Amino acid sequence: MKALWGAMTSRGKLLLAVLVVVLLAPPFAVNRYLLSVLTLILYFVYVGQAWNLMMGYAGQLSLGHALYVGLGGYVAAALWVHFGIGPWLGLFPAVAVAAAFGAAIGWLGFRFGIEGVYFALLTIAFAEFTRIGFDHIAFTGGAGGLFLPYEEKRLGEWWNLRGGQHFFYYLAFVLASAGVLLTALLSRARLGFQWLAIREDEIAAQALGIDVFRVKMKAVLISSGMTAVGGVFYAFYNNSLFPAQVFDMGRSIELILAPIVGGLGTIFGPVIGAFILTPLGEVLIAATERLGVNAPGVKALFFGLTLMIIISLVPTGVWPWIARRLELTKR
Amino acid sequence: MTPLLSVSGVSRRFRGLIAVDKASFDLAAGEIYAVIGPNGAGKTTLFNMIAGMLAPDEGTIAFRGQRIDGMPADAVCRLGIGRTFQIVRPFPALSVEDNVVVGALLHRADVAAARRHARDVLAKLDLFDKRAVTAAALTLPDRKRLEVARALATDPKLLLLDEVMAGLVPTETDRMVEILRGVNREMGVTILLIEHVMRAVMALAGRVLVLHHGARIAQGTPQEIVRDPKVITSYLGAEAAF
Repeated sequence: MKALWGAMTSRGKLLLAVLVVVLLAPPFAVNRYLLSVLTLILYFVYVGQAWNLMMGYAGQLSLGHALYVGLGGYVAAALWVHFGIGPWLGLFPAVAVAAAFGAAIGWLGFRFGIEGVYFALLTIAFAEFTRIGFDHIAFTGGAGGLFLPYEEKRLGEWWNLRGGQHFFYYLAFVLASAGVLLTALLSRARLGFQWLAIREDEIAAQALGIDVFRVKMKAVLISSGMTAVGGVFYAFYNNSLFPAQVFDMGRSIELILAPIVGGLGTIFGPVIGAFILTPLGEVLIAATERLGVNAPGVKALFFGLTLMIIISLVPTGVWPWIARRLELTKR
Repeated sequence: MTPLLSVSGVSRRFRGLIAVDKASFDLAAGEIYAVIGPNGAGKTTLFNMIAGMLAPDEGTIAFRGQRIDGMPADAVCRLGIGRTFQIVRPFPALSVEDNVVVGALLHRADVAAARRHARDVLAKLDLFDKRAVTAAALTLPDRKRLEVARALATDPKLLLLDEVMAGLVPTETDRMVEILRGVNREMGVTILLIEHVMRAVMALAGRVLVLHHGARIAQGTPQEIVRDPKVITSYLGAEAAF
């Protein structure tokens, strides 16, 4: 922890402190709509960070991370709806189930040498068949969805994640902070170096005594388990889950954009990426509505164009560029 | 006394081609042993079998009395055999220092301790001043040194060097010879090297094995080897200009 702090310049430390203070204030300063956007941003920081560990650090491309969001959400929500088991307890089976799926994907991929885009296809396949499977599971409401009941008497039971917007904002803030901290710690630990080594060159890594299979499995287990926690948050925040929505390929893509735009394999990339992309989406919705051009696809078109511009300007991500410009981390 | 490395009757075929044909030799702890031979003689195949990248079709390889043939490369490394690659494989996006830290972490869980060790090794290989540079930005001679540094950081008992002199100018070769001699004497690391640069082989190796078409045609001290008529016709003759 001390080493982390030491790796930042004094300017970096100051900026981080300011950011934390600024992020604690919104519930007292902004309206409900803005607060919901900020909550969404912090949620994407967290899940983006989980994906970043697997792709940015360990170099394993998953295009099916919505699978873990969905599984985490469904397990915790079903336990709550059917058995009244609270989400803090439900979190453990939620993480375990998602990690088990992650382990299955990892085992298949890493044991049989399915790499790169083929591994990505495997992750998509798992997300897709899980989506189809959940369409038919009556216990979780099938295609019709699973709803967490709105109960007047439970409002304010924050320990059951039945809080209001303020509560969820702070919860998202804690999640995002924990995600950033975990990434920072892991990236400076032995495991982080092993991940970077296999990302850069698996054969060379193996020749240095790294058990490649094991190290990749750790990446997928940590990433899937971490993403499932985001899923629990998602379920209790939105109070509804539909297979066609949570497991959708589009959700998996949405989740990986922030770390890609912000900077893969960096600690603050997913943070800055989420702070750029989520507001951008909201602004585009508002702008197209205001201009009366809300034909289907217009928002997606502008979103895509903006992404292309950002990526062609700073191909390694926005964060490395900013960090260099402002001298926030030591060389 | 059991030899540090014992290769006996090791063969490997690729389809019909016999790459290594019943190779046998022993390495005593502390020696520097060179394997030479023309291109395609099976040197790298032999090397890859010792390092765990390939399993032999027949024969056995033992390291400190323990069978290692067919063992995966990472397990072989953990036992104490470090290797370099003929075509260098640095971790391009990482700094020179972090490249070596990865090696140092093999027997050190603590990153700070690994970093200290990595810096020591970098200093030995004349790379200390370049430690903050990304590996992708290094010149070929520096990359060759980085290969050695990274392997050395894993604290090997035996270091396998695959043509680390190739592409170096004579002064760089002499410096590398000096460095490797230091590694051998001061750190007590046994060295097995594949090499084409006879200048380095003559200066470094205590014993030399000459392979041709996968089989041994001669073994002895460098002085004996260069006078051996079989070696001259099959290998040195063609490269007498060196």
